[in-house]
Amino acid sequence: MVMTTDKFEIWDVHTHLSGVPGDTPEARLGKLLEYADRLGIARLCVFMGMSWSEDPSPETMRRDNDEVLRALRHFPDRAFGFVYLNPKHTQASLDELNRCVRDGPMIGVKLWVAQHCNAPTLDPIVERATELKAPVLQHCWLKITGNLPGESTPRDVAELAARHPDATIICAHTGGDWERGIRTIRPYPHVYAEICGGDPTAGFTEMAVRELGAERVLYGSDAGGRSFASQLAKVLGADISAPAKRLILAGNAKRILQPILREKGIHL
Amino acid sequence: MTGGQSIAALDRRGFLQMAAAATGVGTLAAARGGQAAATPKGLIDVNTYLSRWPLRRLPGGDTTDLVSRLRRHGVVQTWVGSLDGLLHRDMAAVNARLADECRRYGDGLLVPFGSVNPKLPDWQDDLRRCVEEHRMPGIRLHPNYHGYTLDDPDFVRLLRLAVEHSLIVQLALIMEDERTMHPLLRVEPTSVTGLPGLLKQTPGLRIVLLNSQRVLSGRALAGLIAAGGVYVEIAMLEGVGGVANLLAQVPLSRVLFGSFTPLFYFESALLKLQESPLSDEQLGAIRCENARRLLAKNR
Repeated sequence: MVMTTDKFEIWDVHTHLSGVPGDTPEARLGKLLEYADRLGIARLCVFMGMSWSEDPSPETMRRDNDEVLRALRHFPDRAFGFVYLNPKHTQASLDELNRCVRDGPMIGVKLWVAQHCNAPTLDPIVERATELKAPVLQHCWLKITGNLPGESTPRDVAELAARHPDATIICAHTGGDWERGIRTIRPYPHVYAEICGGDPTAGFTEMAVRELGAERVLYGSDAGGRSFASQLAKVLGADISAPAKRLILAGNAKRILQPILREKGIHL
Repeated sequence: MTGGQSIAALDRRGFLQMAAAATGVGTLAAARGGQAAATPKGLIDVNTYLSRWPLRRLPGGDTTDLVSRLRRHGVVQTWVGSLDGLLHRDMAAVNARLADECRRYGDGLLVPFGSVNPKLPDWQDDLRRCVEEHRMPGIRLHPNYHGYTLDDPDFVRLLRLAVEHSLIVQLALIMEDERTMHPLLRVEPTSVTGLPGLLKQTPGLRIVLLNSQRVLSGRALAGLIAAGGVYVEIAMLEGVGGVANLLAQVPLSRVLFGSFTPLFYFESALLKLQESPLSDEQLGAIRCENARRLLAKNR
């Protein structure tokens, strides 16, 4: 049975196999789950391998995804996988999407910093993910210190969203600079603000709920690099209603993921 | 200082109960083993602020609200600085307001740590007022907002005076993520290079590093702590199991509880104590005993 608190069930939509000790993928996921258990987090979505590549080759993508698949096999009731893709290698990404999601246990797509997400090379990937009912989680930051060359901004996410109104797009980190990020994605109801990866700055979640509605806000942590605790505090410490917290902590994730989980025979 | 002498070490059951109450995670403690209820003991939070952050209104930005939030979480004492101290130049007024607020609200919960900018003319009088008029046990410094580095001769003089007056010196290394700063208010983190040397030159100095974990960790942090009376708090500590990882690097006696409220959600620091597997001794020390002992040296 998955662990839940009496008051809130918690699903974390953003974790990694890095920043946590362990010699194998399953050891790392196991360790991550030990910490998650201490905070009553029931489910983790995990993506990318034990070591990260900003611009992975097809072979590296496959290796990273194999590591996640290996970890998932040990914890099928606790963790879900998102397939890590590189839009620069469009066909290889489509093949990997089919391998890991259509034919495998993964249930979402993770895109990082290889290419700005407004590039047309993403279109076939997002279309295929939408056919498979898989949400697309796009890393997104807006740094006054300067983004990485291929690092997407909230504006890039908005452009992608405008081209794919039927897709489910998760704006990871809400752009880091969340006061701008929230405003930028606001017009696109199929874009979700995922609140992980930045400091637990007070007011973040309140603004997201006020401007987007609690139905469009998702809890994630970015563990192991980030603490589950600091990111969970953004929800548990926010001046928002208990029903809103319930949606952010698990309700929205379950609603978004339910169609693909059902296709895979997983009933919540 | 109010509350300090009455604080006993919090046992694990008490902590879990308080964490559950504070965060709304209900019966999490019970889910992990059916622990019986225990009376929660106090927290000493060494990293809070009063007044306004210039870039946004904060939940808990009002003193009454802040006091209420801290009390709700079991905080029995907090060392509080003024956000006005970052940019204001009339530091005497900043500190007078801080002292006044701490007297008027919280029944002793709020312990003021005054601001001193050693690059302002006659800063020594600001320090004198902190000691003689406001009876503050310490000062809170923001070198990066005041435009000096730690090798500045005025800073060295300030440290010596702090020791003469038995003041705790809180050194805030950063206030926000440099990646998301306002373009007109970009401030580099304070570098602690040279601080080990200053510690050797200034016997008796007690420094609490605030918001240090983002820019100082691993061997550099361990080396600094080994060099003298340096303490750290956990507000900006990150990574899963962060507190346990920190304790693998630095002595337990140097780790304090800090939340950086109201800029951060208080629950972040509280939940970090839950995320790491910590003994009762470790929890008690971090929650309050280390801070109480540090403050007691003033008496």
